[in-house]
Amino acid sequence: MRTFAHHEHKHELHGITVVVETDGPEVWIGRCDDIVGDGVILKDADVHREGEGERTRAEWLGRAKRWGVHPNHRRAVVPAARVVAVRRLAEL
Amino acid sequence: MSYSPILVRPMREELLAAGFEELRSPADVDRVMAEKAGTTLVVVNSVCGCAAGMARPGVRLALQEGPRPDRITTVFAGFDVEATQRARERFGDIPPSSPSMALFKDGELVWFLPRHRIEGRDALAVAQDLRDAFAEHCAVPA
Repeated sequence: MRTFAHHEHKHELHGITVVVETDGPEVWIGRCDDIVGDGVILKDADVHREGEGERTRAEWLGRAKRWGVHPNHRRAVVPAARVVAVRRLAEL
Repeated sequence: MSYSPILVRPMREELLAAGFEELRSPADVDRVMAEKAGTTLVVVNSVCGCAAGMARPGVRLALQEGPRPDRITTVFAGFDVEATQRARERFGDIPPSSPSMALFKDGELVWFLPRHRIEGRDALAVAQDLRDAFAEHCAVPA
């Protein structure tokens, strides 16, 4: 008996925590819900904007790789036109 | 709103069958965490199969042989919400994720496996991470 929920209609990265690089100062990390024409739909996501906050981009990514991110955005859509790359956080 | 008991039942039972103590309330968490001596594994169980579907078999595999924690416990995210929150308070500044796993030794958090390091891996890989942690922090069975 399979004891887990499954989501066969979603993008292959559904449920995977991803890093979404953009063409601007923002980098997003969150659990990929789906990738559709509008962009990358993230759940429980957080964003880093270079030049803001206490941590540099590298520090923020390094901490995220080790521990994950705080879910400051329950849902976010990173517009497709802004997305440069999507990769698994675990593969950083 | 928490998940239906019917939905989570098989996922809970998968760990209960492996000998896990289920922590269903903040008081349960406090009671277990008050036992400072030795090692305690806390598995934050989850309904989504994208990661939890490998987490549960992984932890069951890891417990089959070799060093193991003195206490193996679990909370269920999205079901036993208050117990999960209380357990996460023990994880310090680590962001919440589920499934995830925490190992305490003598009351201190010594190892943590967040969700994103479970996703996309198979049960054997998850089990190996756990075995490595148990080998480092847990006593060898007599």
